[in-house]
Amino acid sequence: MADTAASAAPTGHAGSRDLQHHFDSLEQQRDASSLGMWVFLVTEILFFGGLFLAYTVYRSRYPVAFAEASRHLDITLGTFNTAVLIISSLTMALAVYSAALGRRKAIILFLLATMALGGTFLGVKAVEYTHKFHDHLVPGAGFRFPGPDARPAEIFFSLYFTMTGLHAAHMIIGIGLLTVLVLQARKGRYGPGYYTPVEVSGLYWHFVDIVWIFLFPLLYLIGRHLH
Amino acid sequence: MSQHVVPPRVYFAVFAALIVLTATTTAVSFLDLGPWNTVVALGIAFLKATLVVLFFMHVKYSPRLTQIVIAGGLFWLAILLALTLSDFMTRGWLPILR
Amino acid sequence: MSAVTAPPAVDLPAEPRVNYLNSTYGLKSWLLTRDHKRIALLYLASVTVFFFLRGLFAVLIRLELLTPAGDLVQSETYNKLFTMHGVVMVFFFLIPAIPAVLGNFLIPMMIGAKDLAFPRLNLLSWYIYVGGGLFTLWSIVHGGVDTGWTFYTPYSTTYSNSHVIVTAVGIFITGFSSILTGLNFIVTIHTMRAPGLTWFRLPLFVWSHYATSLIMVLGTPVIAVTILMVGVERLFHLGIFDPRLGGDPILFQHLFWFYSHPAVYIMVLPAMGVVSELVTTFSRKNIFGYKFVAFSSMAIAVLSFLVWGHHMFVSGQSVYAGLIFSILSFLVAIPSAVKVFNWTATMYKGSISYRTPMLYAFGFIGLFTIGGLTGMFLAAIGLDVHVHDTYFIVAHFHYIMVGGTIMAYMGGIHYWWPKISGKLYPEGWARFSALVIFVGFNLTFFPQFILGYLGMPRRYHAYPEEFQVLNVMSSAGASILGVGYVVPLIYLIWSMRYGKAASANPWGSTGLEWDTPSPPPTENFAVTPVVTGDPYQYSPEEVEVVG
Repeated sequence: MADTAASAAPTGHAGSRDLQHHFDSLEQQRDASSLGMWVFLVTEILFFGGLFLAYTVYRSRYPVAFAEASRHLDITLGTFNTAVLIISSLTMALAVYSAALGRRKAIILFLLATMALGGTFLGVKAVEYTHKFHDHLVPGAGFRFPGPDARPAEIFFSLYFTMTGLHAAHMIIGIGLLTVLVLQARKGRYGPGYYTPVEVSGLYWHFVDIVWIFLFPLLYLIGRHLH
Repeated sequence: MSQHVVPPRVYFAVFAALIVLTATTTAVSFLDLGPWNTVVALGIAFLKATLVVLFFMHVKYSPRLTQIVIAGGLFWLAILLALTLSDFMTRGWLPILR
Repeated sequence: MSAVTAPPAVDLPAEPRVNYLNSTYGLKSWLLTRDHKRIALLYLASVTVFFFLRGLFAVLIRLELLTPAGDLVQSETYNKLFTMHGVVMVFFFLIPAIPAVLGNFLIPMMIGAKDLAFPRLNLLSWYIYVGGGLFTLWSIVHGGVDTGWTFYTPYSTTYSNSHVIVTAVGIFITGFSSILTGLNFIVTIHTMRAPGLTWFRLPLFVWSHYATSLIMVLGTPVIAVTILMVGVERLFHLGIFDPRLGGDPILFQHLFWFYSHPAVYIMVLPAMGVVSELVTTFSRKNIFGYKFVAFSSMAIAVLSFLVWGHHMFVSGQSVYAGLIFSILSFLVAIPSAVKVFNWTATMYKGSISYRTPMLYAFGFIGLFTIGGLTGMFLAAIGLDVHVHDTYFIVAHFHYIMVGGTIMAYMGGIHYWWPKISGKLYPEGWARFSALVIFVGFNLTFFPQFILGYLGMPRRYHAYPEEFQVLNVMSSAGASILGVGYVVPLIYLIWSMRYGKAASANPWGSTGLEWDTPSPPPTENFAVTPVVTGDPYQYSPEEVEVVG
């Protein structure tokens, strides 16, 4: 017959102010935070996934139009932005490393560098969006596309703006997260015993980088080899 | 979550690889490889993503559950894509009966 | 899991003492709580409000359908009524109800934890739910939406003149509540089980909520991004589903149903988890085939994602895709059938007591079986082509959602009411209501199967004269059903003040949640329990503890 017995170990704090009261140990808390962020990232995979589906369907239907439209994107700025995000992932990884070693100044330095790079990315995107606006490539009443494929090209640009816009929104949230981390790091909150928020925010940041790693070739590199 | 601390030289090596792959994918896009352009571009993207996941996100040193979670997410995305495309790819296979 | 051979005297006393309800007072202590039990009650209040709101729409719909002519409301208004009925029911009651109320309250207790993994996220979930609800309420007050809860394009993106964006925003926001709840449950069940509580010692209620959470986490983001696309298309005239630009409205349907089909399993899996608990307790028997029932929940979660095209057989989807979806839809019935067989086998040679929760469990098993079998008819393309968009479909899903989920919800609320409130509900009135609900339900919805088969289309406010008799029967049933739902509201609220005090374990159940006082203290367990055996170990020598 099934039985329960009262546990010999009373629940209580491990003595650390970082341990939330409903967890039994810092390790359990860490495992929970990490799993929580990974599950959240899976939701993000499906979230962006819907847009990737729309892209796949329409690109397979209108390959020529999509290639045409893609050539109107600035490949130099796109490649530059890709590099910027990769550098930011490096600085983020180094921020997590610094947190694991408790090097307060290094943590802040690398977090700020990551934020600056993210800001650069957004700045470049703003420039690109402005160019598109001036070139009448924003879908809607003002859309003008030379050639016979104007209608599917408008779908391309609808997807371009929605996908990169959603990505940019995630970057902005990421920068916000990092701001909070910087403020906490200044107070000396992170060290070898507790740096979970830094690690978990790092996961988020890398994920946003990965989304761009896919967006870049799918949006910018389709039709470069033609003409 | 691992307490394993990855040494920075690993990060720098991965970073170098990512930059090289980015340059490669941009350069290759100007070559006409026919249908292989898309395959190469996506292949490189997958490779870059894998490097980020394994090393920057520490999945190489993470518990099995993390890997299962990621695999699950990707598998579900594959379901969405595959079954929807099964519709779009097969439209028009069967002529409309009069 | 509890030492149930003990007579009532060893049950923890029911005298007033500090528990989660009275430990702190004041509005702020409730609105800023992190206690999963209080959050569950916050959800209980909100879902009940939405439940009766959708009931109001249902009343108006059934009143209109009393006569063949469209004489109560205009057709545009009728479109809004069934749309808002669907939207409120699906997104604001059926999806959150059992998980956010019973799941939130019980899961930590069932696994011997003090709270969920992320208590603040839990509270945020509730606020998000209320926020989304307020957007939708605004839309209702200002005239509502008329697109059908399915929001098909291009009507929703281009041609509808109703408050599509606001409602869409409301649903988008509420979706995050669902995602966060699912995330919380998954992490909690993985990382916070008590020592000795292995996966195969978990109560089946936990298994079914785990499976539900997987669906919430994997499916909801897709409808979120779909709603985003609809909103963006409508607001900024970006063309993704716009046929004038070469877009495909069927793409919308694929994206929409990728979530909305698994969503119906979000609604029914927790209900099945409740039924597993009710059947074991009130048969005083171990569940038959524990692992089969546990794995069937997981199988349902996975298979549910593979069948969505069966909503689109006549939409213009390719016939080949239709064939694939049809076969997969037959497959998904198998795990559900496994559960029904196992519950029945559990009851066989059990010592059955016909208390109110068990009556609801019986109702669930019978009505869910009918609903599920009619689902099998619909999986066959040849039949679906004829009954698609008729009342046959309406009857099918109401049998599952109302005959299934809502029955289980009522059963679960009654079963755990002593634990939640510390009071007993009046058994006589409760049995009476359960019977009224059962009769009212069948009278409302069985005629609809016939109507649909005879060809009456859904979403029409006027119909040919020959359908009137069946419609009148349906409306009569609806009024009985309404009474059946109002009576419990009254006596449950009454019992909070005047009900008999409940002991810790009035039903003599196994389960960690019954090892705590009724109502439990805020931290659930003074010391973390250690689990050494399987669940549902009812021994034949037990004395049935009468509550």
